[in-house]
Amino acid sequence: MTSTIDTGLAADLAAGPASRGMWRYALTKLGGALLSIVMVVIATFFLFRLIPGDPVIAYTRDVPLSPDQINLLRKQMGLDQPVPQQFLDFLVRTFTFDFGTSYEYRRPVLDLIGERFGPTLLLTGVGVIISVALGLWQGTRAAWKHGGRFDRYSTAVSLVLWSVPTFWLGLLLLMTLASGIGPIPGLFPTRGMESVDSPDGFAYVLDVAHHMVLPCLTLVAVVYAQYLLVMRSSLLDEIGQDYVVTARAKGLRDDLVRRRHAVPNALLPTVTLVFIHIGFVVGGAVSVEYVYSWPGLGLLFVEAIKGPDFPVMQGTFIVVCVAVIIMNTLADVLYHVLDPRVRST
Amino acid sequence: MTTIAWQRRRAGLGRFWAEFRKQRAGVIGGAILLAAVALALLTPLLSDISVMDVTKATGQKLAPPSFEFPLGTDESGRSVLEMIMWGSRVSLFIGFLAALLSIGIGTVVGIAAGHFRGWLSAVLMRVTDWFLVLPSLVLALVLSAILGGSGATIILAIGITSWATTARLIRAQTLAVEARPYIERAKALGAGHWHIMSRHVLPNVAPLVLANTTLQVASAIVAESTLAFLGATSGSTSWGSLLRGAYDWGAATKGAWWYILSPGVCIVAVVLAFTLCGRALEAVLNPRLRGVSR
Amino acid sequence: MSLLELDELSITYRIASGEVPAVRGVSLALAPGEALGIAGESGSGKSTLAMALLRLLPATARVEGKIMLGGEDILAMKWGRLRAVRWAEASIVFQGAQHGLNPVRRIGEQIAEPLIIHEITKNPDKRVAELLSQVGLPAWRARSYPHELSGGQRQRVMIAMALACEPRLIIADEPTTALDVMVQAQVLTLIKGLIAERGISMIMISHDLSVLADMCDRLGVMYAGRLVEVGPSHEVFHDAKHPYSRALAAAFPTVGDPVSRLAPKGLGGDPPDPMDLPAGCPFHPRCPVALPGCASLDVQLWRAGDRREAACVHVLETEAS
Repeated sequence: MTSTIDTGLAADLAAGPASRGMWRYALTKLGGALLSIVMVVIATFFLFRLIPGDPVIAYTRDVPLSPDQINLLRKQMGLDQPVPQQFLDFLVRTFTFDFGTSYEYRRPVLDLIGERFGPTLLLTGVGVIISVALGLWQGTRAAWKHGGRFDRYSTAVSLVLWSVPTFWLGLLLLMTLASGIGPIPGLFPTRGMESVDSPDGFAYVLDVAHHMVLPCLTLVAVVYAQYLLVMRSSLLDEIGQDYVVTARAKGLRDDLVRRRHAVPNALLPTVTLVFIHIGFVVGGAVSVEYVYSWPGLGLLFVEAIKGPDFPVMQGTFIVVCVAVIIMNTLADVLYHVLDPRVRST
Repeated sequence: MTTIAWQRRRAGLGRFWAEFRKQRAGVIGGAILLAAVALALLTPLLSDISVMDVTKATGQKLAPPSFEFPLGTDESGRSVLEMIMWGSRVSLFIGFLAALLSIGIGTVVGIAAGHFRGWLSAVLMRVTDWFLVLPSLVLALVLSAILGGSGATIILAIGITSWATTARLIRAQTLAVEARPYIERAKALGAGHWHIMSRHVLPNVAPLVLANTTLQVASAIVAESTLAFLGATSGSTSWGSLLRGAYDWGAATKGAWWYILSPGVCIVAVVLAFTLCGRALEAVLNPRLRGVSR
Repeated sequence: MSLLELDELSITYRIASGEVPAVRGVSLALAPGEALGIAGESGSGKSTLAMALLRLLPATARVEGKIMLGGEDILAMKWGRLRAVRWAEASIVFQGAQHGLNPVRRIGEQIAEPLIIHEITKNPDKRVAELLSQVGLPAWRARSYPHELSGGQRQRVMIAMALACEPRLIIADEPTTALDVMVQAQVLTLIKGLIAERGISMIMISHDLSVLADMCDRLGVMYAGRLVEVGPSHEVFHDAKHPYSRALAAAFPTVGDPVSRLAPKGLGGDPPDPMDLPAGCPFHPRCPVALPGCASLDVQLWRAGDRREAACVHVLETEAS
């Protein structure tokens, strides 16, 4: 068996007409992603022009300024230019990662984003990995024993979790497990990513992990249900196919039929859908970061709403959207690589 | 419309109801929904709007449930129960309207994208895919921050960010409907775009739209409460803003479980009810849909 | 000694609103090297019968009776023994043109799979190449994916796969239904040659009576879950004793024969709802020669000639005379 696989893979890796098609496909998808990103930037520019009121006043807030100072600021912010010129400036600045200065923090937005990016990546990354593993595993189990107790139970649980707003689940966990209520003691920290007296070395890692448990749990609870339902329905579609019966007829054990035949086919649409739902995960992350005061991009964004701190909102919005678009493009390319039916076209 | 057509529709409705009744989960969901809507509508009769006035609060601050205040009090001493009742009007109202807006846009775009060929369809699909990819919560937050906080802007924000899934669904169904031979016949007889879309496609797509609407309302209510919680309020008290109040005043750390539990349970109950109802509708309408698209 | 013996095989599906009898008391025997065709409309139970032979039906199906393969009762086998028997003693050829092959694995792997499972050989590549050449495909095709082949080629792969472990019985379930007529002819010739060469028994399921008449030694017709006629295939095709078989045969006109061109064809009505079968003979509502007694008579397969049986009252009359 291994020999046929090896020769197959080797043939694929050696460039052939099919791989050339694959590169062409990847380039097309990349072009599409670029177009989407440009659309995001354009949309952002026009969106933030809808802001009522004078940006200069918003920037200077409570500080009274003379008309000369206001005009100077206006010139500095490029607001005295005609709109097309402002648009060009905006494009150039955005693609050189100059997102302006925060009203609130008086620091370059890029710096703020840089600081907050890591924590968000950590929380979302770990959350997605756990959700995918859990969701796919449980979804497989539910579909394989379709109609059984586990299937009905997990579908019901998924439905309920879908109806629970992420932030409320966070509040509940905060109330019960972090602060403790009644007889239950507070087991976890109530806010932030690290303790005030932050330790060093390995103890630091443990400290962060301790702080990450509840936010991660909240994020996973809502997200994994989605993956479960997707995997379940994909696998149910495959189970009904003739080739699964053929596999059984060949004398394969039940778990081999599942692992070698049904699941690989079911994974294809599931993988794509997992990436497509990244937008949903991002939304969940925003809520979770706010409830637990996790110092990530989501918290930065929500705090900017209060101001409103428009440069921060603008910059974070663009960064988040671009990240999601990149993830989706990766999903497309990945699907193309994994599915032999699409590969040779 | 002729009487025969009406009779047929009524018979169809009767059959639909008989089928729907068999879906236990859907019926329970529907019952909860009706109860919630009834309560929301009856609130002005059961309570006075002055209960929301902070200066007129009579209870102790953050007091646990008692006979006088069945769901306890908030940080200003107002009755949580009555706040929830008044909040339900806002949450449900915004939820319904936002869903309708989302469905409206989605249906129009979906049918157009499925009906027309060439560059129009391509552009519409590109735009739909773009909206589909973007994180809707983030987009809605930006919109509500920019447009300001009022009921209308929240409805707009939610509606604009959630029409894409509907559009995709409707487009797929439109393509299926238009592939049928009698559409070709209609075109040969000289039927114009508007005629085909409104007299043929729309009635066949309508059941799908209905099932989708209930699910959209469910997600719109979650969206509204999340937006309100995160600070993009509509200006009036809703379940989400109640929870924001609870959070801001440290209800979680002070153990004021009634303040956190009550609005949340309401949200979950109503959203679950809409979801169950929507799924039951889909289950009932699906065999019919399958028959229709042959 | 027969290779396969079915003894009062009955299969009932459990569904939400009750039970559906798919196969009702079918008995037949298959000798080694013999080819038996089973014909019938959709819903007659023929595919269910085929799936039951290797216990491939879903858990909602209740199977009663005996299925004796080489002297062993399949229905009484332990799980491990059943898996050993599957494919090694009897294999199945599906409609490969549809989804009988796993779309994401190369066909060489799929053909080699049973060889490895049943530990026939440690180096399957040679055997795979052999099998492919026997069905008329080049050896390099082993590296192809199913979607890269045409419908006819996929069917050949299914045949090669079925022959892999040199079984004694091949069950072919509508093997050529989805193919063009020309390709159909090629595949059928291939199958006929291969099983004759190796002395393999075959059960072929189809709704196409003419194909079965050509490919098989004996022919059985099923209606509403029962066998209504059995006999040598040419005799059943050209001179059917049961009115249903006659109608089925008449639906396939002999090209060039003026008589069949002008004779009335087709059968009114629909196959009966298995949950609501008519009393007496299940065919009597649609039967052109039904007698008043048919609505209450308990029909069974009666002798209708040399090695022939039919479940029709009229057969009794002619036999008596």
